[in-house]
Amino acid sequence: MKSRVLVCIVALLALLAASCGSDAAEVVADGSDEAGALAQDVADGKAIEDEATTNNDAMEDDAMEDEATADDDATTDLPQRIVSLSPTSTEMLFAIGAGDRVVAVDDYSNFPAAAPMTDLSGFTPNIEAIAGFEPDLVISSGPIEGLDAIGIENYVAPAATNLDDIYAQIEQLGALTGNVGESAELVLQMQTDIDAVLASLPERETPLTYYHELDNTLYSVTSGTFIGYVYDLFGLVNVADPADPDGEAFGYPQLNQEFLVTANPDIIFLADTLCCEQTAETVAARPGWDLIAAVQNGNIVELNDDVLSRWGPRIVDFIEIVGAAVNELEPVATS
Amino acid sequence: MNAIPTRTRPAWFLAGVAFVVGAAVLALLVGPTSIPKWGTLLESLDRLLPFTIDSGLNESQQTIVGNLRLPRVILAMLVGASLAAAGSTYQGIFRNPLASPYLLGIAAGGGLGATIAFVNDWGDGVGAFDGVQLGAFAGSLLAVALTWTVGATGPCDRSTTSLILAGVAVTAFFTAFQTFLQQRNTEDLRQIYTWILGGLNTSGWTEVAQLAPVAVVLLIVLSFSGRALDIMAVGDEEATTLGLPVTQVRFVLIVVASLLTAASVAVSGLIGFVGLIIPHAVRLLFGASFRVIVPLSILVGAGFMVLSDLAARTLLTPAEIPIGVITAFFGAPFFVFILRSTTKS
Repeated sequence: MKSRVLVCIVALLALLAASCGSDAAEVVADGSDEAGALAQDVADGKAIEDEATTNNDAMEDDAMEDEATADDDATTDLPQRIVSLSPTSTEMLFAIGAGDRVVAVDDYSNFPAAAPMTDLSGFTPNIEAIAGFEPDLVISSGPIEGLDAIGIENYVAPAATNLDDIYAQIEQLGALTGNVGESAELVLQMQTDIDAVLASLPERETPLTYYHELDNTLYSVTSGTFIGYVYDLFGLVNVADPADPDGEAFGYPQLNQEFLVTANPDIIFLADTLCCEQTAETVAARPGWDLIAAVQNGNIVELNDDVLSRWGPRIVDFIEIVGAAVNELEPVATS
Repeated sequence: MNAIPTRTRPAWFLAGVAFVVGAAVLALLVGPTSIPKWGTLLESLDRLLPFTIDSGLNESQQTIVGNLRLPRVILAMLVGASLAAAGSTYQGIFRNPLASPYLLGIAAGGGLGATIAFVNDWGDGVGAFDGVQLGAFAGSLLAVALTWTVGATGPCDRSTTSLILAGVAVTAFFTAFQTFLQQRNTEDLRQIYTWILGGLNTSGWTEVAQLAPVAVVLLIVLSFSGRALDIMAVGDEEATTLGLPVTQVRFVLIVVASLLTAASVAVSGLIGFVGLIIPHAVRLLFGASFRVIVPLSILVGAGFMVLSDLAARTLLTPAEIPIGVITAFFGAPFFVFILRSTTKS
């Protein structure tokens, strides 16, 4: 009885709030006009590099893909109170210099340390809790129902499938927050660093094989996933691919232990150092694994789980680590 | 009218043994790597017997057969036997055909213990056992102890009904707590879920050494419990007048079956369906006396689990299917087949 009254009161308040505060946050379905108008405003006020024109193209392309109906604040000031419910977006925001305007981040946004971590959940978002921070922009990796109704803009930054998606997201965030120059700089830096790593790889007759471990029950990734795509850039061959030969099935198979030992990967990448306390030593101690070339030659690379489950600026760190591991291996065919 | 057979006839016993051995041999010979068949069998015998047999395999083949395939098959046998024996014991104690080894909250307790272990990163554990195994084992036993305590209240002191109801309550409570913890720690969800589905993928001699001592002893104890279960089948009061100390026997059998299940769960996760269905299949095939059902459930359960594990690692090779999916997916039609073919007569 009491809870019903409470629900009615909350609903009434929500309606009031929506009717009062909706002017600034009119949601518009077609984003491309807004993108053009915004670029114009920003160009008048700030110095931009050539990247801005590619920004415009990228934004127009991406505006079609955005799941939420993003309002690019063409007619009002830039967002001053940003809430980020996606650890990747948090990293991006701080990397483009918009961190000072971030008032709250979700409970998994542990990087950078300066991010104001709260109990907000990006997994099960609570609208009231989010609204309690009085944001004018909420960034999430999936659409959040109900924010439109109370007049809060929700920008959706979904998981990237390739590097271009990452650059586009950074540029979009730059446009949204008015840090276009910084975001263009960041994208350029990332592209330069990644190209440098890929250019330094030696030629090989037979490509190296690898096994990427997600947890200690031998879950792995296939080449169809984002991580698989990154490894592909290096010309590495994934031993888990036979589990999904036509790319149609599930991209995260659990591999049979005997198969893995027989597949004999040249490099093992551990993405379960944080979750499952796996190290090069624990892997080498597994029964039968001493037959694997990677174990015999000590080519087990311990990675940071967090970096790999995100698609932010630190993907460059990951690529540099993989590049270093690949470069260490002599360019001879391993048996 | 045929009398219910109360002795496991030698023919049935041999059939059961043949089933287990046949399943084990098949499982040893099938795998992603092709290894000469005779060599595989000789290498397995070499590992099991105290003297050396030259199998003619090279070192890596010996490692694959001896350190990967053989312990996995043995573990499957132990787990299958344990769950089926515990299931048949519970069905006898509670006179309830729907009783499974997880009846008294063991599944919920084990799941909660494992969840707590994953969330708090109890990787290292103590001695030979890792944190998740200890957590699951402790959780299972805690749940049973709680069920036993709760079942003591009320007018029907520890009767079968009050224990079952107490088990339902404890299961609900522990499951709710487990779900809450999962929601709070979503980064551990995959690990927890994988554990709950059960699996023998990363098992080796370590797991066999952890389970075998407990399992073998308790399985022997349970295989002699058939007579007590047959007496209890007629009802508590009648059993007491026949001279059986019902509450004490029930207590001992619950402890033994629960320990066996908890040990299995700690090593292999929550594999469902086996403990529920194998005793029924055995009953339909061989007769309703527990002196027959319990020993034969041990054998048939072992063989069934070996075959299920074989399917789990072969059907979508090189990917693994969670074994709980296999046991239910193939076990259910298999059981329907037995049900239909034996009730016609």
